[in-house]
Amino acid sequence: MTADAETLVRAENLKVHFPIHAGIFRRQVGAVKAVDGLNFDIKRGETLGLVGESGCGKSTAGRAMLRLYELTDGRIDFEGVDIASLGKDALREMRPRMQMIFQDPQACLNPRMTVGDIIAEPLDEHTKMSSKEKREKVKSLLESVGMNPDYVNRYPHEFSGGQRQRIGIARALALEPDFIVCDEPIAALDVSIQAQVVNLLQDIQDRMGLTYLFISHDLSMVRHIADRVAVMYLGRIVELAPKEELYKNPKHPYTKALLSAVPVPDPEVEKTREHIVLKGDVPSPANPPSGCRFSTRCPVAQKNCFVDDPEWRKIGDGGFVACHYAE
Amino acid sequence: MKKIKYSWGGRAIKPVLDVTDLKTVFHTQDGVVHAVNGISFHLEEGELLSVVGESGSGKSVTMMSLLKLLPIPPAEIASGTVMFEGKDLLQMELEELRAIRGGKIGFIFQDPMTSLNPVFNVGFQIMEPLIEHMGMDKKQARARAVELLELVGIPGASDRLDDFPHQFSGGMRQRVMIAIALACDPKILIADEPTTALDVTIQAQIIELIKELRKKLGMAIVWITHDLGVAAGISDRLLVMYGGSVVEHAVVGDLYKRPLHPYTRALLNTLPAEGSGETRLRSIKGSPPNIGAEPTSCPFAPRCDHAFERCHNENPPLKRLDGVHDVACWWDVEKEAPRHDS
Repeated sequence: MTADAETLVRAENLKVHFPIHAGIFRRQVGAVKAVDGLNFDIKRGETLGLVGESGCGKSTAGRAMLRLYELTDGRIDFEGVDIASLGKDALREMRPRMQMIFQDPQACLNPRMTVGDIIAEPLDEHTKMSSKEKREKVKSLLESVGMNPDYVNRYPHEFSGGQRQRIGIARALALEPDFIVCDEPIAALDVSIQAQVVNLLQDIQDRMGLTYLFISHDLSMVRHIADRVAVMYLGRIVELAPKEELYKNPKHPYTKALLSAVPVPDPEVEKTREHIVLKGDVPSPANPPSGCRFSTRCPVAQKNCFVDDPEWRKIGDGGFVACHYAE
Repeated sequence: MKKIKYSWGGRAIKPVLDVTDLKTVFHTQDGVVHAVNGISFHLEEGELLSVVGESGSGKSVTMMSLLKLLPIPPAEIASGTVMFEGKDLLQMELEELRAIRGGKIGFIFQDPMTSLNPVFNVGFQIMEPLIEHMGMDKKQARARAVELLELVGIPGASDRLDDFPHQFSGGMRQRVMIAIALACDPKILIADEPTTALDVTIQAQIIELIKELRKKLGMAIVWITHDLGVAAGISDRLLVMYGGSVVEHAVVGDLYKRPLHPYTRALLNTLPAEGSGETRLRSIKGSPPNIGAEPTSCPFAPRCDHAFERCHNENPPLKRLDGVHDVACWWDVEKEAPRHDS
């Protein structure tokens, strides 16, 4: 983060609930509270890591940031414009500025389209380039993600997982966006390929001044790529802090447990390290526990944790935490 | 490939499982795939051997080959012996082999959702091997099934026997899988990426459980994983596989402190180091090989920074260095020179 960092995206009380319908009349009987009140901002040029276990709502939050889901409540300011309340046409004009990279490079590329067509599709939709200009642009995009520009006429199945992810990245870059949501971009890749893709993402960021929301369950990779890290649990962010602070000095008991659960590739360290093993499973987001959501699994929960919802408060140097007892 | 004589600092050891020169090929429409190319290893009583490698390195196929769990054809176990209790598993009749599968050798698979049968309750699935292999009647099997579920830490075990797999969470399902694998007191447990599909906090629970069970039951475990972090915490020894071959074998402390194969080194280097402050990750160029033919050169050579002429012409055999450290490489990474001793 630089000193003149300004906020590019801000989420305020972001909520996404998915209705549950039941019975013959398909009446709504409840809601899965996938994302239930997030507050954070992302500064221009920064990478915000969003970590959490499966089902905690991190992907839903990422998609909601681009309004790929309609919000149940709250607002998302993109350079001060609330995109949650924008009309269809105005939203469409904003779209080129924010893009997404998906987890599964197999599923997010249309197998019947050539690589050239896939990367050119956003250009068809949002620009008035001639087909010659488009072809040139596609070639330069392929080059910028480290692929041979002669591959334009090939189909996705002809590429390996890592190469497909590069194609997905090239497509996201086509409209020269400011903000990219990376939804587990390396989860489906082999260890030796992950590093290639992460390096590529960082190179592009430096070159184009991009802002990332980097969603991942891989805490060590997030530590590497992010500037600040937000930890999600059951639809809420429980802690957000600059990465060194978060990894060296975690405040929330869930963050502590999560970090201690990550195995370290060093047998000496592993032997002596203290592991906090959480009991039980993540509760259902359709029926979250009252009070603090982590109270049912928290090793240090007190009586009032089961009753009072902890507030989202400032802590330490630039950090936030939602816990009654963190200090 | 010449077989390595086993000894730990001069002490001869008795392996429970002894695999020699195992080769498995797949006959596909696009030609023959050589998934496993002459692998030899052994497993000692009560130890935990991790097999580490990327997808496609042949680690799962190797373990499936041991008990002929592969569809034959297209798979073919081209050569090799797998000695278990004085007999070669690969030469056994199917009936005989069936008595060992799930009996003396237990298996845990990666995805507990697809390896449990959704239309039977878990009680039935745990009792099945007990009735089949141990000759128990239903009542005994049920009592033992409750014990097993308690052993793997499922609360309210006796009530949960009649539940179906979909009523369990991912971590709980994996515990059920472990209970099934342990049902008949196996001598060997083969775990194929048992924590890969799980979240880190649940993975930590399962690893704790395996550690406890080892202490209590003392079976030998083969743990297949791609995660060097997981392997560091639980293994006694490790095999590193690449392109269908074992490229390095060492006891756990040795392997992490002094990796000798360029692939192992590169793999350890790609992991983001804690607080190293390095801005770039060190990546391995290129991608894993397609193994369309028996290797005539080192499978890692095209991606290796140290590759020289010999690497492209000859496949290095797994060679015993000092102590219990084997490596298949023509290059001595410590002296930064080709190995002369071979």
